[in-house]
Amino acid sequence: MSPTPTLTPVLSERWDADRSWTLSSYEAHGGYRGLRKALSMDAGDLVTTVKDSGLRGRGGAGFPTGLKWSFLPAPDGGPRYLVVNADESEPGTCKDIPLMMADPQVLVEGVAITSYAIGCHHAFIYLRGEVVHVYRRLLQAVEEAYAQGYLGKDILGSGYDLDVTVHAGAGAYICGEETALLDSLEGRRGQPRLKPPFPAVAGLYARPTVVNNVESIASVPGIVLGGSDWFREMGTDKSPGHGIFSLSGHVARPGQYEAPFGITMRELLEMAGGVREGHELKFWTPGGSSTPIFTAEHLDVPLTYDDVSAAGSMLGTRALQVFDETVSVVKAVSRWIQFYKHESCGKCTPCREGTFWLAQVLGRLEAGQGDPGDIELLLDLCDNILGKAFCALGDGATSPVTSAVQYFREEFEAGMHSAADELFPPERSSLFAYTPRRTSGRLAGVHA
Amino acid sequence: MTVTASKSATPAVQDGVTFSIDGIETTVPKGTLVIRAAEQLGIQIPRFCDHPLLAPAGACRQCLVEVWAPGRDGNLAKMPKPQASCTLTATPGMEVRTQRTSAEADKAQHGVMELLLINHPLDCPVCDKGGECPLQNQAMSNGRGSTRFVDIKRTFPKPIAVSTQILLDRERCILCQRCTRFSREIAGDPFIDLQKRGAMQQIGRFDAEILGFDDTAPEPVLLGTEIPVGPAEIDEDGEAFASYFSGNTVQICPVGALTSAAYRFRARPFDLVSTPGVSEHDSNGSAIRVDHRRGVVLRRLSGEDAEVNEEWISDKDRFGFAWQSAADRITSPLVREDGELRPASWAEALEVAAHGLEQASGVGVLPGGRVTLEDAYAYGKFARLALGTNDVDHRARPHSAEESDFLAHAVAGTGLGVTFTDLEHAPAVLLAGLEAEEEAGVLYLRLRKAATKGRTRVLAVAPFASRGLERMNGTLIAAAPGTEPEVLDAITKGKLSEPNEQLSAEGAVILVGERLAAVPGALSAVLRLADRTGARLAWVPRRAGERGAVDAGVLPGLLPGGRPVADPAARVDVAAAWEVEHLPAEPGRDLDGIIAAAASGDLGALVVGGVDLRDLADPAAARAALDAVGFLVSLEVRSSEVTERADVVLPVAPPVEKPGTFVSWEGRRRPFPQALTSTAMPDHRVLDALADELGVTLGTRTMAAVHAELDALGSWDGSRIGAPAVSAGPAPAIDAGQAVLATWHLLLDTGRLQDGEPFLAGTAKRPVARASAATAAGIGLTAGQPVEVSTDAGAIVLPLVIDDLPDHVIWLPTAAPGCQVRDTLHAVAGDVVRIAAATTGEVTA
Repeated sequence: MSPTPTLTPVLSERWDADRSWTLSSYEAHGGYRGLRKALSMDAGDLVTTVKDSGLRGRGGAGFPTGLKWSFLPAPDGGPRYLVVNADESEPGTCKDIPLMMADPQVLVEGVAITSYAIGCHHAFIYLRGEVVHVYRRLLQAVEEAYAQGYLGKDILGSGYDLDVTVHAGAGAYICGEETALLDSLEGRRGQPRLKPPFPAVAGLYARPTVVNNVESIASVPGIVLGGSDWFREMGTDKSPGHGIFSLSGHVARPGQYEAPFGITMRELLEMAGGVREGHELKFWTPGGSSTPIFTAEHLDVPLTYDDVSAAGSMLGTRALQVFDETVSVVKAVSRWIQFYKHESCGKCTPCREGTFWLAQVLGRLEAGQGDPGDIELLLDLCDNILGKAFCALGDGATSPVTSAVQYFREEFEAGMHSAADELFPPERSSLFAYTPRRTSGRLAGVHA
Repeated sequence: MTVTASKSATPAVQDGVTFSIDGIETTVPKGTLVIRAAEQLGIQIPRFCDHPLLAPAGACRQCLVEVWAPGRDGNLAKMPKPQASCTLTATPGMEVRTQRTSAEADKAQHGVMELLLINHPLDCPVCDKGGECPLQNQAMSNGRGSTRFVDIKRTFPKPIAVSTQILLDRERCILCQRCTRFSREIAGDPFIDLQKRGAMQQIGRFDAEILGFDDTAPEPVLLGTEIPVGPAEIDEDGEAFASYFSGNTVQICPVGALTSAAYRFRARPFDLVSTPGVSEHDSNGSAIRVDHRRGVVLRRLSGEDAEVNEEWISDKDRFGFAWQSAADRITSPLVREDGELRPASWAEALEVAAHGLEQASGVGVLPGGRVTLEDAYAYGKFARLALGTNDVDHRARPHSAEESDFLAHAVAGTGLGVTFTDLEHAPAVLLAGLEAEEEAGVLYLRLRKAATKGRTRVLAVAPFASRGLERMNGTLIAAAPGTEPEVLDAITKGKLSEPNEQLSAEGAVILVGERLAAVPGALSAVLRLADRTGARLAWVPRRAGERGAVDAGVLPGLLPGGRPVADPAARVDVAAAWEVEHLPAEPGRDLDGIIAAAASGDLGALVVGGVDLRDLADPAAARAALDAVGFLVSLEVRSSEVTERADVVLPVAPPVEKPGTFVSWEGRRRPFPQALTSTAMPDHRVLDALADELGVTLGTRTMAAVHAELDALGSWDGSRIGAPAVSAGPAPAIDAGQAVLATWHLLLDTGRLQDGEPFLAGTAKRPVARASAATAAGIGLTAGQPVEVSTDAGAIVLPLVIDDLPDHVIWLPTAAPGCQVRDTLHAVAGDVVRIAAATTGEVTA
């Protein structure tokens, strides 16, 4: 991959190295210099450095990482924990898993530095259960780090001890919600907890806990080595630094593009070779399926937390899913809602029942059997879910519906009489030979 | 904040938070939830998962309200999302707008309600909850008139039998988690829990299909734990669900998802008449609600009494009421003629009874422990005035003279002493010879609350740590039966210093159970311990009437109000109130003495109330005595072994058919009204009529008369009987093949007050014997094998469970199906019994 000037490969710099996932490769590329430097520093200064860098949480919400660390109460002699959220499950989001596949050691180094900074002696990496190959690679990486003395007792002679546990979840989207993750990690049913108390006060095993995304933690070694000013050279004032932008869907060269925040979708699309040959952009998601969709008119919105928000969506996880004109927006939204219906944890009524109902309404619109009033019903249902659910899962489920109706209302109206597969034959949107499943289109309730 | 001296009559709330709901300003204690504060203002916010006695969950989202709160800049700002008022703590200056004043809150609530209903079946017409259903009611008050849902509902096969009593209809469940939270937070019983997710989330059992487990469900682990008699679902622990408190989940279920087998499809709530009541099953005085229709009790619910049982009762309190209308109810007086009982008129029966009593040379009175305060008082007065004797004892169980002295010294007429609330604030509570969960269910719940939510340490002097003690995070102070005095005396600075320190702390409490009465020296040691540590003392009998009977003077050495018979001044006191010259002065016999005297002919007649002979220390001796006694008058609700032997049987009313008062172990008077219209008379009225026939005016015809006398008498302010100082008995010699018997009653057993309720009986614990591994090995047994426990009188065979008992001790339930310790073995706790591998191989369980 020849880097285009606008790209800033920091995390992805080593991905094309030979056996990039090994410790030796990581060390050969300057790995663990950040940890050596950090261990010579005062923990408080490390927190200040990360705070000054302006690093914002890469898991989607964009909360300032250093600030989060500083919320921990003063040490009381009891344990404090770092939990890395590696439960990447959002439809379209595919940045953490490749990062851990290609370069797990940068995460381990980030974990070690962060743990040292917040006074944690046992850190956990909670990994999405389905990605067994990543699990193995992480286990291997941690084992290698232990063997080299980057983890364990008296790390690099500093007197600092740290244990790291890699834990594989059982494959539930809700466990990406930090408190559900903590419950799951404790061996309980993964459902979000009541807040307050927040994890910073009473998290894992009711002890002060920092929960951070993989990419956030992986960015820490670079910040420690390069300094906060170096980090701030990239990106914008309020969204500084580098981030992985994951382009997928109908683009010529889908993949991970590490770029400074503030880059536009138009620039990214150009680098990715544009929408696939002979087609044009219809809509795209800026940050996964939980963020309201964008259309071609939003191509020049700078991809920062604030600009995307001002334009009516969320930057989320920078999962840029591209859909061209062959795609039925009704069908796409219907699939997403099926996902949310399947993944709703069931704890609260709006999300549990709302996604169940949305899926049925969208199912009949997709089948061309919608009833008059269904669009108003969809919007009202979304209003009854948004802001009423226990956690953000329910809110996220409404985003694709409301934004899709906003931009493509006529397609939903067509759902009153025409099936999506007739209006948008699926073989046209497929990149490969496609044999559509012949179903009636009408869902048989939860048994569909 | 403006500080001005306010002369308002209402005291300022300490640490108060002032905020407003719907424009009404209110001040509440810090930490108060908005939904609670709204209740206090009379503002009803709809809710499902919220329950005042359970931790907030915020799951149903029905109670959403609009909230404005001052920001960092001090300006009031609207929170971006509506907030769940059941999880939101009031903060100063907050402005809450409920559905009454906020369109947003109203819309949010309507939206949630509609979503709750989309998967809820419209089977209200056949649902037990219909008519008293929070979902139904709040759907009417805060829901849409019609549904927009035209799609497919999720359905489940129905119902799951969680136990023989508790049934679960999953499609009605709205997943509020009240039942799972109750089981976890209040009862501490592993329950079935949530499983699956999304709309398929359900309360259910461990499902082997999930995650590809073996398709055979795990068999219940039969031994080493407590499992129910009847079939039950597998709970979270992988064992058969067993709980004494599961009925509460039916009551707090806000929909008809949990129902009880006993009540299912029996009635419509709007056809029921509700009468408040007090449970007759234990000495807690739990508030209950008796629901009846056309003279038939159909169910009982927990009443609400924050000071006593909060909102919880045991399953025995809830489901054990069929006995009162059992087929063997005695409906008319009976008189024995030519060896057979025949119905008689009241006039005839009273005449025959009076004649027989007059002819007898000495009469003993045994009222039993289930009497109301009024009835107890009448029995005591009847014995003294009409029969001229102190031979009266309500204790239908193993007892002792030491216990009589203990009760006279420390319990009788002492009024309200240690309370449930005191227990919650106590730094330590010692259970001396008391199994709280088995003998006083609600007391266990309160102790568990104190131990899990507060700082109370629960200690128990017992032969082993029961499951109940473990769930109270309790500490066992192990004592083999008979050694309790020694162990209690060892709680000193030098020996058991930690319990000594805990009990010496301000507010510590010692709760004494009835089984210490059978251990010589134990109650003396308890009094010494209380003296030494300064801990407060309360006596917790099993039966509802015992404390009232002690207060009313239904003991051979006690007159009403704790007055000692032996004290001439006390006798004069009572004689004056009763308007007689003098009262019998010679001390009476206790129950064992009365039984012995009846057998030997020293007593010519007996008046027996609600006594089950199987409850006595030696039922066979009692039967022989009743057979031998010249004349026997029985006052009974239902036909019993006493009835079979009686010369005259006078029917009396069960609690549901009479008003009365139980005095709880706290010393709290718990009056209850008559629920059912009935011609049956309470004991005190029958005794009054019988006394009339004997030419004595008893003056206990009406409740009012009894209360007037009790009030006039008051409590004794003279000197009390000194503390008993009985020394412990010698340690028994244990030979090979012998063990000391440990035993107590389980909550659900073969008691007659549980008759006629098979669903409840199915939730009783399966009877097992317990012994240490070494004891078991001594007779060549391992866990699960049948052990034979025998005396010269008989033998009991039960499967053996290995537990942490002291060696050479064997535990048996006192009265379980197939295990009647007193009846079969003629043994009580502390007796030496023989143990051996069962030769028959037959296991009774």
